[in-house]
Amino acid sequence: MTGELTRSGAADLAARIASGEVSAVEVTQAHLDRIAAVDGSIHAFLHVDTEGALGAAKAVDALRASGGPLSPLAGVPLAMKDVVVTQGLPTTAGSKILERWQPPYDATIARRVKDAGIVMLGKTNMDEFAMGSSTENSAYGPTHNPWDLSRIPGGSSGGSSAAVAAFEAPLAIGTDTGGSIRQPAAVTGIVGHKPTYGTVSRYGLIAFSSSLDQAGPFGRTVLDAALLHEVIGGHDPADSTSLPQPVAPVVAAAREGARGDLKSVRVGVVRELGGQDSTGYQAGVLASFESAVGSLRDLGAEVVEVSCPHFGYALAAYYLIAPSEASSNLARFDGVRYGLRVGDDGVNSLEEVMSLTREAGFGPEVKRRIMIGTYALSSGYYEAYYGQAQKVRTLISRDFAAAFERVDVLVSPTSPFVAFGIGERIDDPMAMYVNDLCTLPASLAGTPAISVPSGLSEGLPVGLQIMAPALADERCYRVAAAFEAAVEPVLSSIPELVA
Amino acid sequence: MPDATELSGSSVSSAGGRIGRDDVAHLARLARLAVTEQELDVFAGQLDVILGSVARVSEVAAGDIPPTSHAVPMTNVFRPDELRPCLPREAVLAAAPDVEDNKFRVPRILSEEV
Repeated sequence: MTGELTRSGAADLAARIASGEVSAVEVTQAHLDRIAAVDGSIHAFLHVDTEGALGAAKAVDALRASGGPLSPLAGVPLAMKDVVVTQGLPTTAGSKILERWQPPYDATIARRVKDAGIVMLGKTNMDEFAMGSSTENSAYGPTHNPWDLSRIPGGSSGGSSAAVAAFEAPLAIGTDTGGSIRQPAAVTGIVGHKPTYGTVSRYGLIAFSSSLDQAGPFGRTVLDAALLHEVIGGHDPADSTSLPQPVAPVVAAAREGARGDLKSVRVGVVRELGGQDSTGYQAGVLASFESAVGSLRDLGAEVVEVSCPHFGYALAAYYLIAPSEASSNLARFDGVRYGLRVGDDGVNSLEEVMSLTREAGFGPEVKRRIMIGTYALSSGYYEAYYGQAQKVRTLISRDFAAAFERVDVLVSPTSPFVAFGIGERIDDPMAMYVNDLCTLPASLAGTPAISVPSGLSEGLPVGLQIMAPALADERCYRVAAAFEAAVEPVLSSIPELVA
Repeated sequence: MPDATELSGSSVSSAGGRIGRDDVAHLARLARLAVTEQELDVFAGQLDVILGSVARVSEVAAGDIPPTSHAVPMTNVFRPDELRPCLPREAVLAAAPDVEDNKFRVPRILSEEV
């Protein structure tokens, strides 16, 4: 019974809780038991909130008993990335500099999740300040991929992706700055969506790169991700970059897509992202992608190849823009108002205490990016580096605009590789950065993109990325749901973890 | 904008050798990072490779292209100017590394001689 509950998806669990077949407390306890059994080997969670989760579940059961209205995901458990601030629950962003910090307020998306009766099980591991593609940059140790414990679960939202793939939670929230939802979803065999920039509130996300950061859902099915998307999306006056727009109708799109008809949908294969130009992509990834494109054609889609000539410069532009914004955002960690303070001995000056605190509190990748950003923004180099990167960003957006005049969605592999071994790339920053090759263009353009499992290579999951124009998130979900219905479910072949 | 004119590299190209130990020390000081001797060596090599790679942006002819700072541009986003409750003082100070007289206590800012 317990095992069966953790294998169920969010939509299914919500329906069974609403009908009274199971209680929210039973569902929550089953997931807490699963975490207790397997998280010692996965390390998806930095903090498990047993008491809070059971309390939230009891409240849902009480509401149901009294005949109160239940929201569509009431009683369904969720894992929250530790970059989202949660009142009274530790929030570290994977950094020592925030060890033992308890935020005095809730992020808007944390509040929306709670208000929807979703049960937050705990906070998940991540690359420090969301900088990384493997979760190895966490100050609290790496997360292990449930498909193969010696491999990475993707990053930066690797704790969230691993929790969902390991059946520790049916839903999770991640954040995506350059691919940090989509790549972890791809390498763990689940669904992850990066919404249009500005459609999910950033209030209460610990900022990495403010013009790129966007929170979004993980689920084991496209419909589950869509249900969570509709809970967290929508305008928030507390975030001045939040768009005053209604949430895209992603649940309806997922249901429509699941009927399996893509007639009259125009799909563009991006030549520069694993299309004709596929240097650096693993053969198994390309084979899975080719077969995925075939499936889309079989579903009735009209497939053409399109060229986006500036996508090849996305990596360079991103690794200037994101570190530049990070170097500014992370200036707030100064040892004054919250978090770590080191070297305050009554002799050291404020500046010395700041420098000692930041040296002790930040890990190597965060220091690297702060220094790259400092360099790119400095007076002699600003125009050549940061200014030029912003112009390339404009050209990438124009490539998208031109492509979307011809097609409804663009597709590519989500990542050039399957999950690699823990420790394999950690000493070579550029080898780590190329993980984001396919996901960066949509990040820079602020456009939505989803990753849906497309199959296995070497026994490990591969993801298909589906990109749509800004504010057309529903297209991602519709095509992903049709594709999902047409292919063998990838997660059905995940090895059983020895509990 | 911090001044990096003391940095040794003078042009943007993808050839290496623009970042040395002294440059890392200078950047670290600007960024308030008390890096170690060992880090100076490691970061010099790594930053040189990374900056050499991202210098590719200069290959794009983009002279008359306007820069994008935000994918979804919005300007002058206002909210009504209304009094709203803020976080309670105790809740905020509870997270502070050091507190004195209901305020954040900070190390000295001015040196003794001043």
